[in-house]
Amino acid sequence: MFYRESGQFKTSYRADSVIFPILQDRLFVGALLLAALVVVPALASDYLLSGILIPFLVLSLAALGLNILTGYAGQLSLGSAAFMAVGAFATYNFMLRIPGLPLIAAMLLGGLVAAVVGVAFGLPSLRIKGFYLAVATLAAQFFIEWALTKFGWFTNYSSSGVISVSELQVFGIALDTPASKYVFTLLVVAVLALAAKNLVRSGLGRAWMAVRDMDVAAEVIGIPMLKTKLTAFAVSSFYCGVAGSLWAFVLLGTVDPQAFDLHRSFQILFMIIIGGVGSILGSFLGAAFIVLLPIVLNQAGQLLHGAVSTSFLSNLEMMIFGGLIIFFLIVEPLGLARLWQIAKEKLRLWPFPH
Amino acid sequence: MNPNRRIGDVVLEASHISLRFGGVKALTDISLDVREHEVLAIIGPNGAGKSSMLNVINGVYHPQEGEVRYRGQVRQRMSAHLAARQGIARTFQNIALFKGMSVLDNIMTGRQHKLHASLLERALWWGRAEREELRERCRVEEIIDFLEIQHIRKTPVGRLPYGLQKRVELGRALAMEPTLLLLDEPMAGMNVEEKQDMCRFILDVNDEFGTTIVLIEHDMGVVMDISDRVVVLDYGKKIGDGAPDEVKHNPDVIAAYLGTAH
Amino acid sequence: MQFFIEVLVGGLLAGVMYSLVALGFVLIYKASGVFNFAQGALVLFAALTFVSLQAMGLSFWLSMAATLVIMVGMGVAIERVVLRPLVNQPPIALFMATIGLSFFIEGLAQMVWGTEVHGLELGIADEPFEVGGVFISKFDLFAAGLSALLVAALALFFQYTKLGRALRAVADDHQAALSVGIPLQHIWAVVWGVAGFVALVSGLLWGSRLGVQFALTLVVLKALPVLILGGFTSVPGAIVGGLIVGAGEKLAEVYLGPYLSGGIENWFPYMLALVFLLIRPEGLFGERHIERV
Repeated sequence: MFYRESGQFKTSYRADSVIFPILQDRLFVGALLLAALVVVPALASDYLLSGILIPFLVLSLAALGLNILTGYAGQLSLGSAAFMAVGAFATYNFMLRIPGLPLIAAMLLGGLVAAVVGVAFGLPSLRIKGFYLAVATLAAQFFIEWALTKFGWFTNYSSSGVISVSELQVFGIALDTPASKYVFTLLVVAVLALAAKNLVRSGLGRAWMAVRDMDVAAEVIGIPMLKTKLTAFAVSSFYCGVAGSLWAFVLLGTVDPQAFDLHRSFQILFMIIIGGVGSILGSFLGAAFIVLLPIVLNQAGQLLHGAVSTSFLSNLEMMIFGGLIIFFLIVEPLGLARLWQIAKEKLRLWPFPH
Repeated sequence: MNPNRRIGDVVLEASHISLRFGGVKALTDISLDVREHEVLAIIGPNGAGKSSMLNVINGVYHPQEGEVRYRGQVRQRMSAHLAARQGIARTFQNIALFKGMSVLDNIMTGRQHKLHASLLERALWWGRAEREELRERCRVEEIIDFLEIQHIRKTPVGRLPYGLQKRVELGRALAMEPTLLLLDEPMAGMNVEEKQDMCRFILDVNDEFGTTIVLIEHDMGVVMDISDRVVVLDYGKKIGDGAPDEVKHNPDVIAAYLGTAH
Repeated sequence: MQFFIEVLVGGLLAGVMYSLVALGFVLIYKASGVFNFAQGALVLFAALTFVSLQAMGLSFWLSMAATLVIMVGMGVAIERVVLRPLVNQPPIALFMATIGLSFFIEGLAQMVWGTEVHGLELGIADEPFEVGGVFISKFDLFAAGLSALLVAALALFFQYTKLGRALRAVADDHQAALSVGIPLQHIWAVVWGVAGFVALVSGLLWGSRLGVQFALTLVVLKALPVLILGGFTSVPGAIVGGLIVGAGEKLAEVYLGPYLSGGIENWFPYMLALVFLLIRPEGLFGERHIERV
C-alpha cells in the first residue's frame, strides 16, 4: 500500500535510468545505509561486528567480484579465493616495502595487482569455454596458493605474516576497534558496490551480458571478445583482491595463504548461486545467508545441549549447503535476489491484488 | 516499390568463395555482388548454403578460397567484429538475442561502438559515461518508436513472442546504423500481419536510411515483392542471379525447386 | 637413466589410476552431457561404505555386492532428484549442481559412516619387485592392470553393445534419442550405476593406497586435468590423458621440483593441461565442434 510507484512519472531518460527508480526504494536504501553507518557501530557487540558483520561485508565484496565474472560475463571461475590471496599479499608487500604508503592506496594497488594476475589467468577464456574454463581457473587456485606458500619473499620470510597494528590507519584514524574496522569495511564495500552497479548498467555491463548470453551474436554486433572478457576478469579480480586485503588486514590481522584455499572459492561460488547469479543485491543476500547459516546451526546445536556432536553439525552443514545449491538451481536459478524481486512486485499491488 | 530509389555501384563483391566443413562442401565457387541501396534476396532450398553465405560476408566463417571485397577493401584476416566496424549488421535465422537482457538493453548493445568512456568514468557514472549513455538512449528510443515496440522496452526478451523477438533483433541491427544489413529469414514463422509489418520495416529502412539489404527468405511472394534482385543457391552453387521475374523463369531454378533431374 | 625409467614407470602406473577416476567422469559426460564434479564424493562414499560394511563383519565379496547395490541406488536417486529437474538447463548449471551434490554426499558419507580414517587391505603387498633393473611396485602394477581391464571392458561395451549405442545416441542429443524411443531415464540410471561401480573400484584402489578418508575426494582434482587433456567424451582420451598427467607430474616433481622448492604436483598437471588446451581446445581425442549460427 505504501510501496507503489503511481504518481512518480519519469520525464527524462536521466530520471529513468537512475539506480533506484522508485522513490520508496531510494528512501529504504538511504535509511539502511545510515543505520548501518551510525546505529550499528554504536549498539552492536564486538562479536556481532567482528564475527558476523565484517565477514559478511568482506565476503559480499568477493561474491560481487565473482558475480561480475560469472553472473554478468558468464565465465565460471573456481579460483576467486586465489585472487583474494593475491590482493592480500600484494597489499601486504606494498605496505612493507614502501614506507609511509597509506592503507587505502596499498589496498587499491593490491587490487590492481590482483586484476593483472586475473587477466593473465583469464587469457585462456579466449579459446576455451564452460567447464573447460572452470577447470582452467583451478590452475590459478593451486598455482597461486603454492607460490604464496613456497616463496618466503611474499611473507617477508616470517612464518606468520602478522600485520602490525600501527599500519592499520586511515587518514590518521587508527582502525583498532571492531567498530572502526567495521565502519571502514562498510565504506569500502558500499563505494565498490555502487561502482559495480554503475559498471553493469553501462555499456560495459551490456557487453558482458551479451558475451554471456550469446557470444557469436555479440561478436557480430561488434563487441570485441578479447577486451570484453579480459575486462571482466580484471574488474572481478580487482574486487576479489580488495576483498582479500580486507580479509587479511581488517579481519585476520595476518596474511596466510590457507585463508584463501579452494574451499573459500567454493564458498564464494555458493554465495552467488544462492544469492542470485547476475545480481548485485544477490551477492549481499548470498553472503549473508552463507555467513549466518553455520551460526544458526551452531546455536541450534547448543540448544540441544551437546546431544549432537560438532562433527555431526559440520557434516550437516555440508549437506545443507550442498542441498540448497541443488534446490536453488532447480527451483529458483536466480536465487534470493529473484525472490526479493517477486516479493517487491507483490508488495506493489498489495493490498489490492488486481 | 519506390521507383525513385536509386541503385548505385557495387559495394560488396564476393568472388569465387568456397567453404568446407571437414569433408562437407557448404559453398562452391560462388561469386555475387551487392549494389548500393538495393534489396537483394538470396533464395534456395534448405541446406543450399544461404546462411553460410551470410556468415562468410560478415566474417563469422572464413572461406578456404575466394575473397570478399567491401567498399573496395579486401579483407585479409576477417572477423565478425571487424565486419561490424565496417558497417555490416546482421540478424539470425534462429533468433540470437541476448535472452537475459531487456529489449532496451539488447538494442543498446547495437550502439556499443559509440561508447568511449573509460572504465573509471563508467564506474562513477560520471562525465562522458553518463552523457554517452543518455545520448545513445535517445537514439535507441527513436528505433523503438520506428519499430513500434515502446510498450515492451523494459521486458526481458526471453519472455516475448517470436514475432516481437524478430523485431527486436532487427532493432538491434538497426542500432548499429549499418550501411549493409543482412537479414536471415526475417519473416520465418510469422503470420501474415506480422510479415506485412516486417516488410514495411524493411522497405522503410531501405528507403529512409538508404541501407543496402541482403535477405534470405523462403516466402516467394515476399521475395518477389520487395527485392530488386534475386540470387538463387542450390547445393552450395549459384544457379541464378537477376531480377525477380527473370529468376522466376530460369529453368535451373524451377528444376531446383520442383526437383526435376538436372 | 635407470632412475629416469623408474620414475617414468611409477608415473605411468599412477597415471592409470587417474585414468580410472577420470573414466567415471567420461561415462557420465558421454551419456548425459553432465560434468559430474561429485565423482570424487562418490569415490569417497563407495570406499567408506565398503570398509564400514566390512568392519561390521561382512565378507569381502558380500561388502562389495552390498556397496554396489547402494551405489546404483544412489545413482538412480541422483538422476531422479537432481538431474531430471534440471534437464533443460545450461550445462554449466548442471555442473554447479554437481558441486552442490558433492558437498551433500561428502557430508552424508561422513555423517553415516563417521570421520575417522579407515585402513583398507586388499591383500596385495605394496612391495617393489625388479624388472630388468627397474623397481616396480606390485600394488601399482595390480592397480594399473585392474584399471586397464575395466577401461577396456567399458570401451568395448560402448562400442559394440546395443546399450552402448543407445548411450552414445543419448549423449549426442537428448531430444533426438527420446524421439527414436530410447528410454532416457532408464539409460541414465544405468550409466550412474556403472559410474558408481567405477567409483567403487577407484575408491578401493585409492583407499588402500591413501587410507579411506576425506582426502579421497581430492583425487577428483587429479582427474580434472586428465579430462581436459583427453577430452570429456573420450575413453581412450581418459587413458592417454591419465598416462600423460601421471608421467608428467612425477617427472616434473623429480626433475623440476628441486628448482621450485617442491610441492608442484598440485598445479603442474593443470598448467600442463592448460598449455595443451591453448594449442588444442577440444582436447586430445575430443570432437571438434562447429558453431552454427
